[in-house]
Amino acid sequence: MKRVLFLGTAIGLIGGPALADVNLLSWGGAYGNSHLEAYAKPFTDETGTAVNMSDADNPATPIKAQVEAGNVSIDVASVEYADAVRLCDEGALETIDTSILVAAEDGTAAEEDFIDGAITECFVGTDVYSMVLAFNADKYADAKPASPADFFDTESFPGKRTMRKGAKFNLELALMADGVPAAEVYDVLATPEGVDRAFAKLDTIKDDVIWWEAGAQPPQLLADGEVNMAYAFNGRIFNAAQADGQPFEIIWDGQIYEMEGWVVPKGAPNLEEAMEFVAWTTAPAPQARAAEFISYGPPRRSAASMVGNIEGGDQPMGPHLPTSEANMTNALGSDLDFWVDHDAELNERFNSWLAS
Amino acid sequence: MANAALDPHAAIATTASGVETGRLTTADGKPLARALARSQRRARRRAFLLVLPLLAFILITFVVPIGQMLQRSFYNDGFSANMPEVSAWFARTERGTPPDEEAWTALAADLTASAEARTIGVVGTRINYDLSGSRSLFTSTGRQVRRGIEPPYDRALQEIDEKWADPQLWSTMREASIPVTANFYLAAVDRQRDAEGNIRQVEERQQVYVMLFGRTFWLSAVITALTFVLGFPIAHLLATLPMRRSNLLMILVLLPFWTSLLVRTTSWMVLLQQQGVVNDILVWLGIIGGGQRLQMIYNQTGTIIAMTHILLPFMILPLYSVMRTINPSYVRAARSLGATSWTAFRRIYFPQTLPGLGAGAMLVFILAVGYYITPALVGGASGQLISNMIAMHMTDTLNWSMAAALAAILLAAVLVLYWLYDRLVGVDNLKLG
Repeated sequence: MKRVLFLGTAIGLIGGPALADVNLLSWGGAYGNSHLEAYAKPFTDETGTAVNMSDADNPATPIKAQVEAGNVSIDVASVEYADAVRLCDEGALETIDTSILVAAEDGTAAEEDFIDGAITECFVGTDVYSMVLAFNADKYADAKPASPADFFDTESFPGKRTMRKGAKFNLELALMADGVPAAEVYDVLATPEGVDRAFAKLDTIKDDVIWWEAGAQPPQLLADGEVNMAYAFNGRIFNAAQADGQPFEIIWDGQIYEMEGWVVPKGAPNLEEAMEFVAWTTAPAPQARAAEFISYGPPRRSAASMVGNIEGGDQPMGPHLPTSEANMTNALGSDLDFWVDHDAELNERFNSWLAS
Repeated sequence: MANAALDPHAAIATTASGVETGRLTTADGKPLARALARSQRRARRRAFLLVLPLLAFILITFVVPIGQMLQRSFYNDGFSANMPEVSAWFARTERGTPPDEEAWTALAADLTASAEARTIGVVGTRINYDLSGSRSLFTSTGRQVRRGIEPPYDRALQEIDEKWADPQLWSTMREASIPVTANFYLAAVDRQRDAEGNIRQVEERQQVYVMLFGRTFWLSAVITALTFVLGFPIAHLLATLPMRRSNLLMILVLLPFWTSLLVRTTSWMVLLQQQGVVNDILVWLGIIGGGQRLQMIYNQTGTIIAMTHILLPFMILPLYSVMRTINPSYVRAARSLGATSWTAFRRIYFPQTLPGLGAGAMLVFILAVGYYITPALVGGASGQLISNMIAMHMTDTLNWSMAAALAAILLAAVLVLYWLYDRLVGVDNLKLG
């Protein structure tokens, strides 16, 4: 009897938790930490299901590899919207039944509560981040730059700039700086003349640009005085300004926002737990909680008012989020279909342009 | 026989071969040759078993994945596997045949089936590789045909999107209907096929890969030459100094070798950037004015400096190991016979260092050709290498076929260089340590 009991416990120890775990693949860093603190830990406390977190440079790559190899170990992954669309179209993701999503506290259905495009067949948005212009306030004591046009105006605002080494974001920014309203950017960019126009605008500051590759570079370059202005992810600039007390200011005019969210790879080993995790973590309260750790806005309307102070501080996080109303006045939502279609072509042209 | 008695060899042969049997046997009477072969076979089998884990490891973790990856560069069944009927129509008809009713029907049937099976994205992605902008044509059409589609299909599909009538699209689909394709290799050398199937160069502003291959090999050669120029005197010093002092110097050579690659790369950023240490010192010394700070990083210069530093130990170590074995009396002998120090170096010392130099140059060059993270971080616009494009296709565009084609060309080029090296210098001459 004792022996049977012992065996049972042993099997329970080996088999039990492993069966019910959720294997979560995230990005690491401050962003991964927000997933750990706001989602994984409270989820385990509430449901008793353990969450095993691991990191990848871009979780979409291991998903593609695992699904193609037919050996999937990931249950839930955080991916960029564009990759979610692409993987979903390729049949690499499970569809997510929107009826499992938690309604807002006032009873608004989840579909209504999420901002447009935040829920697709295979994807539920967790946060909105954006590419923003930022500058070192010490360098521009008198007149401060305030728009994309100022970023391209090297006479009024001298000094080097840093931009992401790639076509995406830069072409849109160039068009906005050239006077194209945010709403028309992708219509213009879809024409060959529009692409030429964007590259012509980029030509005007080409000699003043240091190109960054890793997200950590722009705050570093700003802090070292290597550049005066940067075009970078808002979370990175926010962290440098808040945690390190750097004199960086963000220009929200012309921000280009994008979403990240959960996907469940096709053939996820713990499908049921994965769906439970997706539903639980995308409720308004956990989303608002996650926004206190990193300045990425919750994609649910009802979550906006629930965001409290910056974690470990006494300042409200609200004004630093891309989704806050004041910051959205001239914002552009990144067009994924456009980029999935033209990614390779425009990046080849961009690299050719860089080298010439 | 008189001669045989005098021949000492004959005497030994007679004794050794055994008078009775005429052949060699072991103590227990088995033929020696067979016993020897058996024991050798056993030893060989044991040796093989010892290396078996390594062999299996290399096969599973290296050969098979690389083989599969390279297969992607010429094999992509994204279209043919999911669009069987229209692929069959392509197989039946000749290139240039305009789509007839049969073709439209097949296309509509395939689109419907693949939209239902959620493979339409794979199909669209495959076509998008060759014809940019067509992925959304497939996915949006897929969404529409899932709701149902009525004949005549040519009109129905063109009503959804007029791009379906584009001859370029049909020509691209025809090529994709055969899973084995050279298109990724064509794209990797800035070529593409036009609607008639002729190979031509892509537009000038789209050309990037050939230039990057050229730059990668050129920079790798420059870096190899620099490591030689810097490493040769150091290796010579190390080899000729008394052991105690050369060990200390050796640690200085190895210390950066043990430091993380990223730390070394970032250190160069701190040193070389415009507000960095080197520029600060130059300004402080008054050599340059505050407004003329030099741009030494985020360009080709930065890539060359950082990579030369990082790869230097790979040149020094093989050189050192060869130089240490060179007998100093050869040079002394040359000098005593009247050679100048330059002639003695050129004719006697230097040729003896060639195996180390060959090994070092080979190591540095091959490592440099595939270098990725350093050019990504310090390369800026002009210091990008082909590996950065491979990384882009692996992680951003997820076009692994293209990444595989670029990597295969790189691999082939390195193998050609290796073969050339073998022809010119000889691989047996290589001394790695």
